[in-house]
Amino acid sequence: MIAINEKGYYGDFGGAYIPEMLHPNVEELRQHYVQIMQEDSFQKEFQQLLKDYVGRPSPLYLAKSLSEHYQTTIYLKREDLNHTGAHKINNTIGQILMAKRLGKTRIIAETGAGQHGVATATVCALMGIQCIVYMGAVDIERQAPNVSRMRMLGAEVRPAVSGSQTLKDATNEAIRDWINNPVDTHYIIGSVVGPHPYPDMVARFQSVISEEMKWQLEEHTGKANPDMIVACVGGGSNAAGAFYHYLNEKDVRLVAVEAAGLGINSGESAATSVLGTEGVIHGSRTLLMQTSDGQIVEPYSISAGLDYPGIGPLHAHLIKSGRAEAVSITDDDALEAAFFLSRKEGIIPALETAHAFSALDKISFQRDDVIVICLSGRGDKDLNTYIKHLDRFSGIGKIS
Amino acid sequence: MNRLDQLFSQKNDHILNIYFTAGYPKLADTKEIILSLEKAGVDLIELGMPYSDPLADGPTIQESGQQALANGMTLPLLFDQIKEVRQETQIPLIMMGYFNQVMQFGIQAFIDKCVEVGIDGVILPDLPLYEYEQYYRDMFEQAGLHISFLITPQTSEERIRKVDELTKGFIYMVSNSSITGAKNTISDLQLSYFNRINALQLKNPRLIGFGISSHETFETACQYANGAIIGSAYIKMLAKAQDIEKDTKLFVQKIKGEIPTKLQYMV
Repeated sequence: MIAINEKGYYGDFGGAYIPEMLHPNVEELRQHYVQIMQEDSFQKEFQQLLKDYVGRPSPLYLAKSLSEHYQTTIYLKREDLNHTGAHKINNTIGQILMAKRLGKTRIIAETGAGQHGVATATVCALMGIQCIVYMGAVDIERQAPNVSRMRMLGAEVRPAVSGSQTLKDATNEAIRDWINNPVDTHYIIGSVVGPHPYPDMVARFQSVISEEMKWQLEEHTGKANPDMIVACVGGGSNAAGAFYHYLNEKDVRLVAVEAAGLGINSGESAATSVLGTEGVIHGSRTLLMQTSDGQIVEPYSISAGLDYPGIGPLHAHLIKSGRAEAVSITDDDALEAAFFLSRKEGIIPALETAHAFSALDKISFQRDDVIVICLSGRGDKDLNTYIKHLDRFSGIGKIS
Repeated sequence: MNRLDQLFSQKNDHILNIYFTAGYPKLADTKEIILSLEKAGVDLIELGMPYSDPLADGPTIQESGQQALANGMTLPLLFDQIKEVRQETQIPLIMMGYFNQVMQFGIQAFIDKCVEVGIDGVILPDLPLYEYEQYYRDMFEQAGLHISFLITPQTSEERIRKVDELTKGFIYMVSNSSITGAKNTISDLQLSYFNRINALQLKNPRLIGFGISSHETFETACQYANGAIIGSAYIKMLAKAQDIEKDTKLFVQKIKGEIPTKLQYMV
């Protein structure tokens, strides 16, 4: 049975390793989150917004060309069709409603690729609440369209200039902001990371993905369980949502796809399950990339949403216990998969999501298997990167 | 006897604890800084173990930590440096860092090494009380290595009692950062916080940290606790120091109010 315990642990991973200055905030959330989520009025508002504002349920699409190519049956869970273009908004809708019920009047968030920042800025605009998004200075550079979107939505984007100036540093800055603003502020964490109860709360909000998959698969195939679910993992929120209702269904293979960057042993990678060791990052005991002296290593991936040196404690537990398989995909392989999917199915995926598609070349499956890939986001934000590589991949998947 | 116990048995007010990041400004400055602080009349010294992701610290300490890491500071090297300086001083020394650093070193190995080189206590702000009590308390207490936990204006009385029970040495009382710069004034909220803690009659001495940077703020803190901790202000001074021993002496004199204000402007 895979479940979180009352101290916030999945097996050996999780907990709340936070300085005392954060304790009141995190404790307030821990004491109330389950109760608030179970209130009828909360569920009613949450479900209504997911339907009318986000556009749920997201379709489960039988990808015929892809299925034919791989000689199996592949469904795509279309989180890319959500408002703001990714799964991230499932969580931000949930957390903004949580923040309102806790009486918070100011929202902070961290963002890597900018998808979570946009999703947070969006719900803050919707609710008329002040929004500050911390983003690594390097990411601000490489994800310019999302920075503009956040600003258009009325959010203030604050650059994180410490360390590697990417997601981990943006998270550090957001945590510091929370320490300095302990009363009026709610921190909307964008993934299944951070101190308990965040990993569990975010997984619950994202679990709508697998909740829908169950009845959609039943409609399509007559069976609620697929043989395999494939999702990309940075912190791991779309994977947590896609796996959630199948965690204890042992006949369903769970595949977590990480970013290998330039290659696992290149020194430029973000494949945490391979390169990581047990430690503490951002308040959670989990697998993370670090030196023998316990200094956190700066990860690398072409995808700004996957270059996080840790992994959510749920995923650390799933991988360590053998419940989930981890696959690592290089930058080049992810790019190739993005072009392939675009030309085979007419869908341009986010770079993060492209890693999940590339995993089809790395894993074994049977002809009569049913595979669901969580198509976590669309690729509009990555067009600049894709255009740079257009010539290299011009021959991929072309109609002859 | 643990040197912290010795200190607190002899002195219970105006205790001055100075923090510096080990390996900063230069990798080998640790010894000179410790001996200079002792000579200047500081009561105990907190050595920061530089960390890549110091969540509980502000930008000054984070930048000094990045520099120290770039200089090549590691935990094994720091232990070597402490072992060497311990031959020359008996001042209480404590180490402040993050739990991940200790976890990677090995918790029992870290405790043993601290005892071996003459460290008297540690502060690990992100080690939860619960984890400490469940898994590590016996290890620390058997070794005689002290540990300080933090309280803030938002910490509940029940939790403060737990902190007092688990702490050995002194409680680290986080002030509100607004104490900085607000010359001789403290807010009603802080006053009630300080008075509330005083009324609890805790068994451990208390040192106030965060935002203590001048004679005025030091004196204010000493009115409500057994002393204070200064970190960022000393690191900012070190960044500009020409002569660590001489500049440290002046810095400590200013904090203690041992030189008149007008002279301070000549420094």
